[in-house]
Amino acid sequence: MSYWPLLGIAVVVAGFALRLNPALVVVAAGLVTGLVAGYGPLGVLELIGEAFAKQRYLAIFLLTLPVIGLLERHGLKERAQAWIRRMRGATAGRLLVVYLGARQLTSMLGLTSLGGHPQTVRPLLAPMAEGAAEARLGDLPEASRERLRAMSAATDNVGLFFGEDVFIAFGAVLLMQGFLAESGIQLEPLHIALWALPTAICAFAIHATRLLRLDRRLAREAAALLAQASAKSDRKDAP
Amino acid sequence: MISLQWIYWLTGTYIAWVALLGWRDRGNPRRRASALFWGLLALMLLAADRLPPVVVGGVVVVLACLAGFGGLGRGRYDESSAVEKAAEAARLGNRLFWPALLIPAIAVLVAVPLANLEIAGVRVFGREHTTLVGLGLACLVATITACVLTRQSPASAIEQSRRLIDAIGWAALLPLLLATLGSVFAAAGVGDAVAALATQAIPVENRFVVVLAYGLGMLVFTMIMGNAFAAFPVMTAGIGLPLLVNVHGADPASMAAIGMLSGYCGTLLTPMAANFNLVPAALLELKDANGVIRQQVWTALPLFACNVLLMYLIIFR
Repeated sequence: MSYWPLLGIAVVVAGFALRLNPALVVVAAGLVTGLVAGYGPLGVLELIGEAFAKQRYLAIFLLTLPVIGLLERHGLKERAQAWIRRMRGATAGRLLVVYLGARQLTSMLGLTSLGGHPQTVRPLLAPMAEGAAEARLGDLPEASRERLRAMSAATDNVGLFFGEDVFIAFGAVLLMQGFLAESGIQLEPLHIALWALPTAICAFAIHATRLLRLDRRLAREAAALLAQASAKSDRKDAP
Repeated sequence: MISLQWIYWLTGTYIAWVALLGWRDRGNPRRRASALFWGLLALMLLAADRLPPVVVGGVVVVLACLAGFGGLGRGRYDESSAVEKAAEAARLGNRLFWPALLIPAIAVLVAVPLANLEIAGVRVFGREHTTLVGLGLACLVATITACVLTRQSPASAIEQSRRLIDAIGWAALLPLLLATLGSVFAAAGVGDAVAALATQAIPVENRFVVVLAYGLGMLVFTMIMGNAFAAFPVMTAGIGLPLLVNVHGADPASMAAIGMLSGYCGTLLTPMAANFNLVPAALLELKDANGVIRQQVWTALPLFACNVLLMYLIIFR
């Protein structure tokens, strides 16, 4: 048993700790791992090149950017905010809870491309969450605004991750089934997929609770900002 | 037949155009490095399957160096004022939503009901990666629709996407690099080494400790690799099958399912999962690149605890 290939993991961990650029760290780890496994300099490059050519499809998401960029220039975000302001009873937290549930359910049906960061979170979900919060609470401090935007992205991730595994034709389920079959354990994909349900329910409960608490926190922060502003103007009025 | 190759050509041509516009952008202090980065990525999309693998590997190293030493810059972009945006939003109204909603609608249409569509006995969409083919076509149709709606040219759509693509920068490349690293790790036998190490380090007769080790292994290895798919074969071959299934008689289906989801908790916690954590932080213009991860910590950790508990309660039934 050779432990030398573990050097690659050590490179990744060290790169993490030193806060080096992750792209550089990952390629360095690949080169080191290939070399200690005895591939030779050209062999390593060949190994990396072959794998990279197969993984290129991960860059296709960039194609969503022209339509989003163009629509944003023509007021997409502003429109999304105006739309959500008209809904009474909408708060940022409630909006995100509804999105979380919808994202989980549609992912369970295999409709994972209904959401996503470039096509849904940036142009629609995050502006709507901000719009809902401002319609109710007035101006928000910059830090709260940032937190709300980050939470919108986090909600999309949680909804996707803990929904898609329940869908039988999803890559992860097929990967598990294929891997277990190779190890001599024959299982139906549905059998594996159904066991993702308990975690999916826990994920909804935990994240939805946090989202509803976020509403209260935003209200506190907006009130503090207002108090600060009025204290300032009071001082100005004093002789 | 519309295959993934067409979508690669489409994406490659688009990125090449972005590289050319970036080269001409004198507002970007690092315009040459940026243009070279996107130009090489475009070349990879267009021709990586025709070039010798050694050359592709060399280009990957150059891309990583461009990202790592000095990095890419931000330029000057043709942006509209807040007043213009508000006026356009009022003029176009809810029609603005349609092109954005077309992307998921068409992608799902191609991936599910039309996946096996045949015209005169010939498949319309390639059998492999139909979802990606659908996504590519959806983006094309949505862009054209948005151009018609706003009376702009596709060239101005590409110009408008530059501020987004420059904001994402090198993070766009990280998922590809990590997937590549996964292949290298597999070829070099990293999984076997991890498994051997884990078996020596834990008291294998205690069920709960083994469950915890399997879950933690998935979590930590996913954080390192940025991807639970890379961690699953390593941890399941190393701990799951030999110890939980063979020694303690666990049910493999529920063990695999919940084990994978323990890995997903790790995905929420790592900057290595760039497409889920760093790219949105850039897209949402957060000051803190790890802002999204910070919001995910207190969902991921309690959920991981739930996963370990669920595994312990379910798999030994």
